This record gives sequence, structure tokens and C-alpha cells, in this order.
Amino acid sequence: MSVEFRKDLFADERDDNLNEIGKPTRRQDILGHVTGRSPFYDDHLFEGLLHVRCVRSPHHHARIRSIDTSEAERMPGVVKVIRASDVPNNFNTLLSLLNFGRDDEPLISDKKVAYIGEPVLAIVADTDRQARDAVAAVRVDYQVLPHVLDVEDALKPDAPVVNETYPNNTFDYHDKYDHQKLRFGDVETAFSQADKIIEGRYQMSPIEQAPIETNGAIAAPETNDRFVCYTSTQALFFSLGTTAKLLNVSSNRLHFIGGTVGGGFGGKVDSLVEPMAILACMLTGKPCRFVWDRPEEMQVGAPRGAERWYLKDGVMNDGRIIARKFTGYFDAGAYTRLSSYAIIKGTAHLPGPYTIPNVSSDVFCVYTNRTPATAMRGFGVTGVDFAIESQMDRVAQAVGMHPVELRIVNAYRDGDMKAHRREAKNCALIECAQVAAEKASWPIRDEFKRMSSLHGGGGERARIPYTVTDENGRIGERRSGGVAPRPTTVLPPATPAPPPPAVAPTPTAQPDYAHPAAAPPYTPLSPAPLGPPPATPQPSPPLTKEPAEPPARQANRPGYSRFASNSGFRRR
Amino acid sequence: MTKKPIQFKLNGADKAVFVDEGQNLLDVLRRGVGDLSPKYGCAQGTCGACTVLVDGEPYLSCLVLAQTMEGRQISTTAGLVVDGGVDPLQEAFMENFAAQCGFCTPGMLMAAKALLDRNPKPSREEVIEAISGNICRCTGYEPIINAILDAAGRGVGRRSA
Repeated sequence: MSVEFRKDLFADERDDNLNEIGKPTRRQDILGHVTGRSPFYDDHLFEGLLHVRCVRSPHHHARIRSIDTSEAERMPGVVKVIRASDVPNNFNTLLSLLNFGRDDEPLISDKKVAYIGEPVLAIVADTDRQARDAVAAVRVDYQVLPHVLDVEDALKPDAPVVNETYPNNTFDYHDKYDHQKLRFGDVETAFSQADKIIEGRYQMSPIEQAPIETNGAIAAPETNDRFVCYTSTQALFFSLGTTAKLLNVSSNRLHFIGGTVGGGFGGKVDSLVEPMAILACMLTGKPCRFVWDRPEEMQVGAPRGAERWYLKDGVMNDGRIIARKFTGYFDAGAYTRLSSYAIIKGTAHLPGPYTIPNVSSDVFCVYTNRTPATAMRGFGVTGVDFAIESQMDRVAQAVGMHPVELRIVNAYRDGDMKAHRREAKNCALIECAQVAAEKASWPIRDEFKRMSSLHGGGGERARIPYTVTDENGRIGERRSGGVAPRPTTVLPPATPAPPPPAVAPTPTAQPDYAHPAAAPPYTPLSPAPLGPPPATPQPSPPLTKEPAEPPARQANRPGYSRFASNSGFRRR
Repeated sequence: MTKKPIQFKLNGADKAVFVDEGQNLLDVLRRGVGDLSPKYGCAQGTCGACTVLVDGEPYLSCLVLAQTMEGRQISTTAGLVVDGGVDPLQEAFMENFAAQCGFCTPGMLMAAKALLDRNPKPSREEVIEAISGNICRCTGYEPIINAILDAAGRGVGRRSA
């Protein structure tokens, strides 16, 4: 495999004495892999191993009237029936280990099921076949409830409540907001000054990680009243902590052994198999194996969640995007898992790698009667990147511009201010776009070939704009669920937009977007400063008012700040 | 449940084991005689992680009834290692970074071995065809194809006894 280094780019910026990159290095574990000796969790043999299988909901949404196990209990090989009441602490949310979000999910549900495949009972038997036969003999009386499978339908007032912990069908951010909010500048005023308004609606389906090794765990009693657990987990201590909480045992009684994972891609962090295997082991005193089969991996295994995005851009005829507004809906499925966190991560990524002086975003973590969603390779960012880059192509088409040039003209440059109030550093999008255009034989104009991430950033572009607030000093409604924007397609003004009135409707003077001062310069090779200063002087925003929200939270929530969006508001 | 005794050769060694009526070969290899190199991926014959050779031909061991294996010769990845040394095919997989998580690797190796035993100098297309029943989710197929072609270049494809 040949690797091409473009050491001409940023040559004066870094030490490029790379000793490893570009040279093949043998994996330290590859001998085990090619000899079939790598110890995956299922490669541990135990005498008298018992097998666990779950009775699972065939319905999207149903109340459980009764569960009849009388026939199953008499079947050959059945050792133990595990009920919800056998789970010592049968209510959890994954991120409770970080004190983020409220408990919302049982390990075994015997009252209500909220997605197809939700476990309602588990059976331990001598063989996997016997456990399966016994599962088939369990009679569950379901009262089927109305279900909702679409994120925007779930926000309608008459939608069924999916998850009783969050009766509005949305995760509560900061205990106040039904969405995660981002405000930077004033998109509405900028829209009124834009040459064109371009809107788009984008969505992606859930994606199953589909590792070849399915989720599973084997647990066995150990000396000193401990339990050993061989597991497929991608997050060993996360799974250990989750198990300790659900089973209400001290974590030092749990001896987790992992590290050899047959593909994960995010689908092995939810810690659903370890607590079940260890609980079965505790209840029987025997080694127990709980392994998902392939249909369970595909149906019950948490996928990358579906997302739907509405984007609205205000664009000048020269391709500069002066305002971008997002409304996003993450389909969390029936329970939170990691979707709440994905949205915070995704919001910090907006508006993509572009310097846009006015950005607004509301993103909802929505509960539906679908399989709960979780991590997968860049989750939280991947879906919105698809939306952003698709939107960039539409913008390019609308202004009649080369798509690569459009990206170059809007790209972050060193020193620019991002919408989440961090300075852009070590930018390289312009250079990447230039090389990509060259490799694809898709020529761009010389002035775009001369542009650089190193020049033209900072200055006016480093300014944090005054961010509009309402009469309550807030940057917008706390609860705006239930009002979905209508999808509209490309919507150029019917008549050429009149120049904005001299008297702006807001109390704040806006940048003059007709002049490129607050936008990418066109002669970056020149060391000269940027173009003329803005026609209207910028008021310096009062520092105390700057992040009007989210409200700072104090104390006794360890781990909170790590996921709080306000942690990014301070410039480093 | 009725148990039935069967005998077969596994990587050249005689094995005798009691099997259940519906038990598949994969389960018998892994839990019956303790050869853990073939992997459970789907039990539906779609992923190829359980591929073994039966009398030199690649079989999906999850779809083979163990009872039908009486008197057959079964080869697995564990048997590629002879006298503590790895097979040139395994060496080529290591050289070409043809395993990331390693879970599909034993099945890939068996599919490749069946090909090279039958056709010592396969074309790239023939390699792709030979591993088309084996799914890989992380390594990527290119390094695996390159490894098999590399092994062919090393003269791996001598018909083994």
C-alpha cells in the first residue's frame, strides 16, 4: 500500500520526521488471529455451562397483562426462569455512570414493552436448544398499545408516550429544554440580507453495526464470592459499572475479562449481555452463557440511530454562506442509551467545517417505538455531515458555483471563531479540497488554488457575534417540540431581494454582508490585511451576556460538565 | 435426546464424539472436541466465519449436521499450524495485514486454502469468487485478497495430503 505525503503543505508548521507512519507494522495480536487462537469471549469452555435465552416482545408497544411460565418451567433442561423481579435494581440509563440523564430502561421489562425484541423474561437451561424450546413455551398476554415510529409524529400532541421517564417523547437537556440549542449571531436578520435562501430536508435510516461476532458474555462463579465475566464489550469498565448498578453488587466482586472483540463498531457498548449472564450465574451458581444469535443482533442490537435534518441557508451570490439554521431529530428508539450524548457532540460540530457568522440549531432527542439507538463510528456527527455536505452541493448549484470552490470559500481558516465559541486551529480543509479537486481532475479556478487555511482567518472572523436574546434574556424557547418545520425545497426569492433597510429590525447592528469583510477574503496570498472594515461598526457584545444559555449548573453533578454544552463556551 | 456416536478425523487426528440429532458440525467442533478456531457468526450460512474443509472442500459447518460427518476428514485453521510453525498462507495473512479483529479470519483462511489446493495460481477474480461467501466487517477485503495472491506467489498451493 502506498501512502502519499504532501509535505509541501504546512511544511513550516510541523516536524515531519515520521518514523512509523507509512511503514507496515505487524499487529501485536495477529498471530493469534491467523492461528484461530485469539481468545474471544465464546472461546472459554466450562464444565456444566448453562445457556440463557430471552422471551422477547413481538410488538412495537404493548402492556403486559400476564406472563405464564408454567409449561416452560416443566420442560426438560430448564434450570431457572429469570423475571424482572429477580433483577436487584431493574432500572438504569447507560450514562448514569456519568450522571447524565435519568434512569429509563429496565434490564427485563414485565410491565410494558416499547420496541420489538425488548426482553420480558429470561430462561436458563442446560442446552441452548432447551432454552429456546422453553422460551417458545412461555405465554405472554400483551395488550397492544398504539405505537409511533416517526420522530416528528412522536412530537405531536396525540402521540403515544413511548418512555414514561420522558413523557414528552424528548430527552430533557439541562432539565429544562426539550432540545439541545445552539445560537451564534442572528440568523433571521442575516436571512433577510441574503441573496438566496436555500432549504433542504435530509434523513438517514438506522444502521446496524453487524459485527461478525454477536454480542455475548459468559459468566462463572469465582473464588471469594466473585464472578468472572468473559465479554465482547467494547467498554469494559463501562459494562462493569453498569452491571454493578443493575445487580446492586460492589464492582470489586466483578472480574471482567475482555479486550478481544470480534468487531464492534459501537454496537458492543450497551452492556446488555453482561448483567444478564452474571445474574443467571448468581441465581444458579453455575457458569452461564448469554449469547445473541444473528436475528437478535440485527433486531435487538442497538443501531446507529436514524436522523432527520432540516437546513436553511442564507447565501450571497458569491457563494458565501452568511447564515445557517438547523432543526434536527435524532431517533433514540425506545430508550436513551447514548443518543442524548450524540446530540451534544453533534451540536458542537455545527455548522460543519465552515465559517458562518450566524448559526442557529435546535436538535431533539426523540423517543419512538423503534430499537434503541447507540454508538456507531462517529455517531452524532456522521448524519449531520451527510446533511451539511448534501446541502453544500445544493447551495453550489443554486449560486452556480463549483462545489469545491464553494467549500473553499466558506472553509474554516486558522483563527476563525466556531459557532460553539472555540477558535479554529490547524485547519486544512482548503488544502484537502484543493488536492481532491486536482486528484479528481475537476479543475478549480486559480484564485481558489491560491487560497490557504493559514491566511485570511482571524481578525473580524475571530469575533464572537452578538447573539440575539428574547425579552427573558434567553436565546429562545425552552420547549419547542411539537412544532415541526414544513419541508420546503429550494426557495430563491421571487424577486431580487431588496437591499436590507438601513434601519435593521433588531436593536443590534449587523455586519454588512454585501462587503466581504466578515467573510473569506479572496486574495489570501497577499499578506495585506482583509478588505475594508465593515460599513457599520460592530458593537462589542457585553461579555456577561454572551452565553445566555444553557444556565450554568452548580456542584454535585459529577461528570456533568463533560457533556454540558456550556463547557465549550469558554475560549481556551 | 438421542445421542449418537460418530468418528471422524480432525486435522489428521482421530476423534470420536457423541452428538445430538440436530447438532451442527460447528457446535461439535467447538464444544464437542474443543477446536475453537471455527467461529459462530450467524448459524444461517451467510457469514462464512464457521468455514471448515470436509475432505478438502469448504463447508459452512453451521449448516452441516454433525451426524453426517462419520468417517470424513475435517480440516480447520487450528490444523494449519504444523510443528509450531505457521503455514505460508498464515504468514501471508500476517504480512499483508489481512486480519483486524480476527473473527472472520479462520473462515477466510479455510476458504483460501480450499482455493489454493485446487488452483495454486488463481487470478484475482478467482480469489474474490473463492471468498465471496465470507463476510468481513473490519479488515476490508483488499488486504485479504492481496494476502491470498501473495500466498499463491509463495507456492502455498501444493495439494496437501
